[in-house]
Amino acid sequence: MKTFKTLIIIFHLLFFNNLYANENSERNEITKNLRCLICQGQSVYDSDSDFANSMKILVDKKLNEGLSDKEIYSYFKEKYGDWILYDPGLNKNTYLLWLLPILIFLFGGAIIVKSFIFKK
Amino acid sequence: MIYSVVGHYSLILGLCIGLILVYFSIQNFRNFNQLDNKILSFSFLQLFFVVVSFFALVISFIISDFSNETVFNNSHTTKPLFYKISGTWGNHEGSLLLWLLVLTLFIFIFLLRTKNQPIKYKILTLVFQQVIIIGFFLFLILTSNPFNYLFPVPNEGLGLNPILQDPALAIHPPILYLGYVGSSIIFSSALAATTLKMVSTNWAIHIKKWVLISWIFLTLGILLGSIWAYYELGWGGFWFWDPVENVSLMPWLALTTLLHCILVLERKETLTSWVIILSIATFTLSMCGTFLVRSGILNSVHTFANDPERGLFILIFLFTLIFLSLFIFSVFHKPSQNNQANFFWLSKETSILINNWFMMYFLSVVLIGTVYPIFLDVISSQKISVGPPFYHKLIIPFLIPFLLMMAIGPKLKWIKSDLKDKIYLFSLLVISVLISFFIVKNFNANVLVNTILISAALYLFFITLRDFFNKKYKNLAQNIAHFGFSLLILSILFNNLFSSEIITNLKVGETYNGSKTKIVFESINQKKQKNYNSIIANFRITNSEGINNNLSPELRIYNQPKITTSEADIKTTLMKDKFIVINLVQNQDYFNVRYQVKPFMLWIWLSVMIISLGGLISLLKKRT
Amino acid sequence: MKQKLVPYSIIVIFFVIFVVFYKSLEDTNIYTPEVKINNDIPIFSAELLLSNETLESKEIFQLDKFYILNIWSSWCAPCRDEHSILMNLSKSNKFIVIGMNYKDNKKNAKSFLDELGNPYEKIIIDKNGTKSIEWGAFGVPETFIIHNNKIIKKYIGPLNQELFLEIQNLTK
Repeated sequence: MKTFKTLIIIFHLLFFNNLYANENSERNEITKNLRCLICQGQSVYDSDSDFANSMKILVDKKLNEGLSDKEIYSYFKEKYGDWILYDPGLNKNTYLLWLLPILIFLFGGAIIVKSFIFKK
Repeated sequence: MIYSVVGHYSLILGLCIGLILVYFSIQNFRNFNQLDNKILSFSFLQLFFVVVSFFALVISFIISDFSNETVFNNSHTTKPLFYKISGTWGNHEGSLLLWLLVLTLFIFIFLLRTKNQPIKYKILTLVFQQVIIIGFFLFLILTSNPFNYLFPVPNEGLGLNPILQDPALAIHPPILYLGYVGSSIIFSSALAATTLKMVSTNWAIHIKKWVLISWIFLTLGILLGSIWAYYELGWGGFWFWDPVENVSLMPWLALTTLLHCILVLERKETLTSWVIILSIATFTLSMCGTFLVRSGILNSVHTFANDPERGLFILIFLFTLIFLSLFIFSVFHKPSQNNQANFFWLSKETSILINNWFMMYFLSVVLIGTVYPIFLDVISSQKISVGPPFYHKLIIPFLIPFLLMMAIGPKLKWIKSDLKDKIYLFSLLVISVLISFFIVKNFNANVLVNTILISAALYLFFITLRDFFNKKYKNLAQNIAHFGFSLLILSILFNNLFSSEIITNLKVGETYNGSKTKIVFESINQKKQKNYNSIIANFRITNSEGINNNLSPELRIYNQPKITTSEADIKTTLMKDKFIVINLVQNQDYFNVRYQVKPFMLWIWLSVMIISLGGLISLLKKRT
Repeated sequence: MKQKLVPYSIIVIFFVIFVVFYKSLEDTNIYTPEVKINNDIPIFSAELLLSNETLESKEIFQLDKFYILNIWSSWCAPCRDEHSILMNLSKSNKFIVIGMNYKDNKKNAKSFLDELGNPYEKIIIDKNGTKSIEWGAFGVPETFIIHNNKIIKKYIGPLNQELFLEIQNLTK
């Protein structure tokens, strides 16, 4: 038990003093989810291309106008297509994407139970 | 010039020896008794030719022989010697040659070191391995010859992509290939063992060494890639769920599953079909990764020259291997009667099955996430991106039971078990939940998910930690690896929760005054290096306790090719990294400055090393 | 029957994967957004480069004419290449060419125009690049053809002689 307590104390000493709240955290969350069109492997958040920098400013602007994250996403989706979002929503194009892994999981579980545990 | 000729002909000779080996082995398969030595010397000769060819390319790079097209495309006279050498495998052709080198090296070592196995099995493994080797020889010679001539000889090369001029990336490909190629040995040997119907505990003990070797290298290879991405590519991220990263993660997941499965097969003749499938899958996934990366059908931050012709070759090669192994599996593999043994629900076997179940799920998430956009594009011309949010949503919830199983599973006994120390296990769980709730609550983060996740990881952490102090060292390797994994998950979680950053635009001499941090942009120096000019910005950063840190991020303007990269300056301490990077803004006189405090970064790297240390100990352990 | 179903379906699955991979080899992996035509132009207000006015978007595109909005910058090399095409287009009375000066500074932009001529009737300043994003652009140069406040055509990258003829034909 002693070790746990010391762990907690160490933890506090380390982090409480110099932790500051993330400025722009909402902007960061949104830009992490947008894909950069110039360096196409990176998110707008990770990229420093001109396009990405302008996107960041625009996201800030939209946030100031009071748009929610969902509204901002659909704004960019309208402009650049589904591709711009890293989070593919659940729609007719992506049912298989989201459900196939889950189905595989259930199927695997069924096989394990059937062939190894409840086999007569 | 002369080196290119030598290299090219060595390749062709190596290919010939591969063909001879296959012919010879099949011809004399029945009277194998005299075969052993000849085969060994032939594969040595093949290795020798590949080594000659590889060093011919290395020397061409060192002396900057621009009559060689590969050297011309990827090197430059002003480059430091170290990067001239590492440039050898920093490109498509050279890296394939390296791959071939490791392939031939491994099969030679395999033949040399495998002693207590039937000769037929060794020869058959060699034949399957030669199929792969010949495939790579043909691939190199036909579509990506590293020794193409250029005439007239250019005076200067085009240079190596600056982001590849980095020490971590110089050793990353060799290490990673050792992992990939190690899995080729497992593949060939599994096929040989299937054909000879000798997939048994004995074989499992023998192949486990190879599984461990490639697993260790693959783990370290991925780690090096990640470290490189951390300080070279981005803004302090270390894993982007980029296709190229996923492609290395998939064989790792399959290999880790195989490793656990082998543990069962080592003791009890069961799960044989599954072990064979996993052995085949691991290498197939490595090859599939090679295809996805080299053909350029995926869009990634990692650049590789792509060429549809090459893609087509690997694709056909890949599916030849897949159908070959399917054929062998379905024809030769007959699961024996006692194979489908019953497992008691509470036993080590069951817990390993559950591990396999989850690992396969994670693998399917990564695989589907990576290739789904390709399928959708081909089938319905819709283009979508699958990025981090997808993987996080599907993986994180399943990580929780997985971590708990990792803690409890090793405590169980083989065959039939009863959980001992129930009270102790339960009380540790309660403590973990309390601690994590306490941590998370103080940071206004998403309380529920984070609490549960951190609890699960902490639980594993405490249980494995306590086991180090138990007297028995029976499962030291396992315990170290699991401990490392808990540490990895904890470090990643804390890193995510507690990272903070400041993004601002600053001119020289300006000061940013944040709520708790002050950033002073003190000065700028310019420095001229052989292959780049750099602008070094000096910052003084003062945190709330008044402690000063001086950080100097750089912008490098490489001369060949003309690319600007920004080099982050990272101050690594035990508990956190301070990370600063600057960027030029088009047509402005200020710099875009990004300062991040990232706790536990070092622990992420350390914990992966601990995980591979677990593998190393298991490899070195004498079987009792 | 049941025993044969599994191997056959596995072979079929792998075959499908093969075909898909094979097909995808033909495509490029670089994504370019689909050009959405007949979209209303975005509403904005902007400073002009050559005078100190600030204009609303509807004031700029108010006439019943074909407008060409060209995003350019003095630091962008392809913009230099396409400039003569824009000059030619501006001479035709069917088009009004509007410039959008992307992430530039005024001095460089002006000397660029002094050197190569000014095809633009008005030049909007897009200092931080956000306006071009509102238009759905993602780089320089890009060119939009606008009629009745709708985008009827969009070109990514520099214009050339071929596209010049195509634009001329649009008005017919």
